[in-house]
Amino acid sequence: MKKLWNTFSNGIINENPVLRLVIGMCAPLAVTTAVVNGFWMGIAVIFVLTASNALVSLLRKVVPAEIRIPIFIVVIATFTTVADLTLKAIQPEIHAKLGVFVPLIVVNCIILARAEAFASKNNLIQSVADGLGMALGFTLSLLILASIRELLGNGTWWGFNVLPASFEPAVVMILPPGAFVTLGYLLSGLNLITGKSGDN
Amino acid sequence: MANKDILSGEGKLLVSSSPHIRAQETVDWLMWQVVIALLPAVIVSIYFFGFRSFYLILLGTLAAVITEAAIEKAMGKDITIKDGSAVVTGLLLAFNLPATAPWWLVIIGSVFAIAVVKQTFGGLGYNFINPALTARAFLLAAWPQYVAGNFPLPLDTVTGATPLAVLKGTAAGTLPTYGDLFWGNVGGVLGETSAVALLAGGLYLIYLEVIDWRTPLSFICTVAAFTWVFGGSGGLFTGDPLFHVLAGGLILGAFFMATDYVTSPVTPLGRVVFGVGCGLITVLIRLWGDYPEGVSYSILLMNLLVPFIERWTAPRVYGMQPMQG
Repeated sequence: MKKLWNTFSNGIINENPVLRLVIGMCAPLAVTTAVVNGFWMGIAVIFVLTASNALVSLLRKVVPAEIRIPIFIVVIATFTTVADLTLKAIQPEIHAKLGVFVPLIVVNCIILARAEAFASKNNLIQSVADGLGMALGFTLSLLILASIRELLGNGTWWGFNVLPASFEPAVVMILPPGAFVTLGYLLSGLNLITGKSGDN
Repeated sequence: MANKDILSGEGKLLVSSSPHIRAQETVDWLMWQVVIALLPAVIVSIYFFGFRSFYLILLGTLAAVITEAAIEKAMGKDITIKDGSAVVTGLLLAFNLPATAPWWLVIIGSVFAIAVVKQTFGGLGYNFINPALTARAFLLAAWPQYVAGNFPLPLDTVTGATPLAVLKGTAAGTLPTYGDLFWGNVGGVLGETSAVALLAGGLYLIYLEVIDWRTPLSFICTVAAFTWVFGGSGGLFTGDPLFHVLAGGLILGAFFMATDYVTSPVTPLGRVVFGVGCGLITVLIRLWGDYPEGVSYSILLMNLLVPFIERWTAPRVYGMQPMQG
């Protein structure tokens, strides 16, 4: 049980895919202009990563090593299509805003990395825990990034006005430079909290 | 002289490690000379744009110095506000904003310049791009309505367009005379309008060898040459180079920002390359870009190329063969 918890929590802080491993950065930088976008992106990734980890783990004994990557991609693409179509059905506006970034989950490094590095070597329960933890870490990072950017760049949080009317939003924060600057400070902030600096 | 004491050592043989001969110039002295050289432009700016100009310049400078001190204190470093570099950054940032800028804009710009661009990368000497210009670019992207497009005309309460915007046809207005451009009686950001005040400060710095003449000269000559060739509406060689040199932020940028020690090349040839590159990008933006003025972006872009320029123009070490392949 403790091992399961460690696997799960690993993705949230220690190996947070966005703020620690810094992989799959396309979506975190592009969709975090608003908290609601980041949230739905996170939900899609939670679904795809957990489901693909589960299936890859189940298939790990029957997949020949030589063609494992194409098979992983087919598995991931299937779940991404499911997520894409479902999101389009239940949240058409959000789906239109996220645009190409939902289908792009197929090529998101995090998903393939977890399939290759974890799910293809571990049993079903562990793989699901790993997928959930990693995807939650991803979602949390997106929410933090999007909260800062939406607050400063638009003066709102989840679309609600939370700052006084005299606040003048800094448009640059919801433009690409704002994403990079915020991400840089989040990365260094996490290093500061966990006591890992670049000195060693 | 301290060197003499060490060398003579009052009859004793003193052993010390190199360097044995030190220049008299210190970072503090150099930076305060830059501040002195900027003073004429400050005075002209206050004359043309009124008390508000003084207020904004003071605010920007104070915010830069306080931010620098606060961050260095928080990080347990030596507090280096005495060296004047934060003062220069604050001054130059305020110089890059119009007199109509709200007070908080100047403060955010100064804090961004010092905290994000300078101290995040390690403080004086480690920032890879010019802090004041980066802060200006940040403010322009964040609050374009306050940074561009709303310039007060001197000695007047109405707002108008900058000469370059008029020339480009993106704003209505009449083109100023060369005299107005020279003395600074035109619309624009606080520090850029008066060519004579900036030239006085720039030549003072060149005379003291605080800055190198190569970068400003190559920068301004490149802009003049290319605007003369391509700037006219009636075909090649019909442009107005004098107008392009005097209008906009070219003189301010060429003398005070393109020569920033930290973000410009150290080799003599590299400085010429840097100036020519700045000039080319400025002309590209002024003649064919969306913005009427391109000095600040040209310097920022060339800042990024400095490591490559330095590697390319590094002098051959005596006795060494140039590297093959």
